[in-house]
Amino acid sequence: MEEMLFYDRMQFAFTITFHYLFPQLTMGLSLIIVYFKWKYLKTKDEHYNHATHFWMKIFALNFAMGVVTGIPMEFQFGTNWAKFSELTGGIIGQTLAMEGMFSFFLESSFLGLFLFGEKLLGHKWHFVTGLLIMIGSWASGFLIIATHSWMQNPVGYEILENGKFVLNNFQALFLNPWLWPSYLHNQAASLVTSSFVVAGIGAFYILSKKNVSFGKLFLKTGVVFGLISSIVVAVPTGDLAAKNVVKYQPVTFAAMEGIFHTEKKGSEIVLIGQPDVKDKKLDNKIAVPNILSFLTYGNWDQEIKGLDQFEEDLHPTNISGLYYAYHIMVGLGTVFIGLMVLSLFQLIRGKLFHTKWLLWSLMFMMPFPYIANTTGWYTAELGRQPWLVYNLMRTASGASPTVSSGNTLFTLLGFIGLYLLLGMLFLLLVGKIINKGPHHVELSTEKI
Amino acid sequence: MEFFWYVVLMGILAVYLVLDGYDFGAGIIHLFFADTEKDKKAITNSIGPFWDANEVWLIAAGGVLFFAFPTLYASSFSGFYLPLIMILWLLIFRAIGLEMRGQIHNHMWESIWDKAFGIASLLLALFFGIALGNIVRGVNLGMVQNGVSTQEAHYFFLPLWNPTFSPQANELGIIDWFTLFLGIVSVVALTIHGANWIIYKTNSALNPKLKKVVFALNIVLLVLVCISLQIWHFIEPKPFHNFVENPILWFFPLLTFVGILGLFKVRSFKKDGHGFVFSTFFLVGGFASTAVSIFPNVLPSTNKVNPSLTIYNTAAHEYGLSAGMSWFFIALALVIVYFIVQYRVFSGKMDDIGYGEH
Repeated sequence: MEEMLFYDRMQFAFTITFHYLFPQLTMGLSLIIVYFKWKYLKTKDEHYNHATHFWMKIFALNFAMGVVTGIPMEFQFGTNWAKFSELTGGIIGQTLAMEGMFSFFLESSFLGLFLFGEKLLGHKWHFVTGLLIMIGSWASGFLIIATHSWMQNPVGYEILENGKFVLNNFQALFLNPWLWPSYLHNQAASLVTSSFVVAGIGAFYILSKKNVSFGKLFLKTGVVFGLISSIVVAVPTGDLAAKNVVKYQPVTFAAMEGIFHTEKKGSEIVLIGQPDVKDKKLDNKIAVPNILSFLTYGNWDQEIKGLDQFEEDLHPTNISGLYYAYHIMVGLGTVFIGLMVLSLFQLIRGKLFHTKWLLWSLMFMMPFPYIANTTGWYTAELGRQPWLVYNLMRTASGASPTVSSGNTLFTLLGFIGLYLLLGMLFLLLVGKIINKGPHHVELSTEKI
Repeated sequence: MEFFWYVVLMGILAVYLVLDGYDFGAGIIHLFFADTEKDKKAITNSIGPFWDANEVWLIAAGGVLFFAFPTLYASSFSGFYLPLIMILWLLIFRAIGLEMRGQIHNHMWESIWDKAFGIASLLLALFFGIALGNIVRGVNLGMVQNGVSTQEAHYFFLPLWNPTFSPQANELGIIDWFTLFLGIVSVVALTIHGANWIIYKTNSALNPKLKKVVFALNIVLLVLVCISLQIWHFIEPKPFHNFVENPILWFFPLLTFVGILGLFKVRSFKKDGHGFVFSTFFLVGGFASTAVSIFPNVLPSTNKVNPSLTIYNTAAHEYGLSAGMSWFFIALALVIVYFIVQYRVFSGKMDDIGYGEH
């Protein structure tokens, strides 16, 4: 039983982690592409249209990867989490079905037009198709996070005698207090990833003295979008999301922050330290007193409940993993703001394009928003454990009753192999596009 | 309310079968009949802007199944675990086969992805036929052994095959001679359908040959359908009871035969799209007839201990189902608009759209 649950969880974790590498770029990037196209319509500067085409190429590749790795996610609710699906399908099936009907049809129908239809449609309608793709992908994120929010903070339901969760208030799914901060936090984080990628590729072009005019455009755009999104991801959205955790999942908050013991006179904020779950302490701790109480309640002396206030079988199952995931996310988020503030400062002084160490930093920073996004999701999902539906249904009781661990391991290994292949193909092709550069990327529009 | 969502679900699945069906068929034609680079280009151009949106109908069907019939979704997806995951892998191979081919101009690269696209399409057509066979045949719900359920009444698990390959064995498998037979019917029918799509959407030099292929395969299909009517009795003793009670439902079998007989005139059609219309009749008619013959069951039980799964004992609660109607019609209207835009922009022959070229 334990072994089976482990493989079910590993398969979901692996496939969702790999999958989300792609949508986190495409959601934010669609906004930046729409911005480039809009600038082109305003200024008629061909640079902006070439920029649009270049990023469309990257977008299309990422989008295709997101689609093919996304379908297994919808299927896995049934294949590996049958009991969970049976009991809650009437509720979470609702938002997932809406995602298919509202987002995927919109995206898949207009993607072809967006990619191949510029000549046919004219620039204005081409801009509109881009906008529709963006709306589709942002709606998709919204409906997924509505589903996620229901699992974190169930609302609008009742439980029947046979254990089934049934919906009794449809609107409640979208007014869930968990939903809006999480959604905006996630979208801002997606924009962080895409801004850093746009800025990083810009820095690469300037440093390698190829496509320098595009490099400057990408860098400028990436830095401006990057600074705004890095701030928004922390304040207000991250702050509000954390306050939701304090309110609805206090035990999770204690584990995230590494608070083993309740401090009556206010809690310190832990910057670094290794949790020792057995002895309930942090090793090699560096902490600042009372800051956490202030950030959480606006009051330096407010008591925050530590893990010792909760029964052990309510504790998150992987306290160390949760603590690290959260601290990596917050640490990286702080670095992002710092780097973007510096970059914008240099940009305003007109020195950014010559500040080599900053350009190198921006280039090498590209993978880190992916790590921050992933650890952010790990914080949310590990924080929800040991529950599938918070406080109502345990993860252990949600798995498929008839699928053996051998079968799940077989498909897990298959997914690992297949995704390794997909990942290599992706890197090969994305490298090819970047190496070719913007000016040479002509979409095959004239052939329609 | 259950009935409404049942009709929606079957409608979405039928649309999926017709739309992605021609993609699979085109893949099979690509694998066996396309000799020249020009033939291959014509085939991929004819499905290029569509296949992705076609696949969404499967996701939509999954979504509606999940929310309207959660028990059926949970039971069937976990019970048919391996073939479903394999279908996912094949869908990935089909997609990357189509998308990767044009990215690098190298003979080996292109032939690898051609094969990936073709073989994945062939296996998908086979698997979907086998899936239909499994649903008609039913499964050992509750995994009854010696008259006692070993699982909850609506759960089961099937291995890919059993040693006897018999649909009447105690230990069933996904692949037995009955389900394999339906798999072959599906491959033949979808090959015809794909050929008709290519004839409709291209002026390729392949078209005259494809018309002969359609004619020949249609004879095979007619024979297979006649055989399937005979062997159906092994699986479902009373396949016609719904038709006898509601004679209007004979429309669907009739549609099937109109489709198959009409296709014998493939070589003399005045318009290239006519063949596609007839193979659509066949697919929709055949699929609907199958669904009707087991209604209201959606997954029959092969033992006497546990009841079959029906639309009534697997449906979600009333409130959720009616809340779903509030958004479903809006979504459907939008989908129809997208569909019209898409097929109008890419109307007519598509030999030269340059899909996948970079």
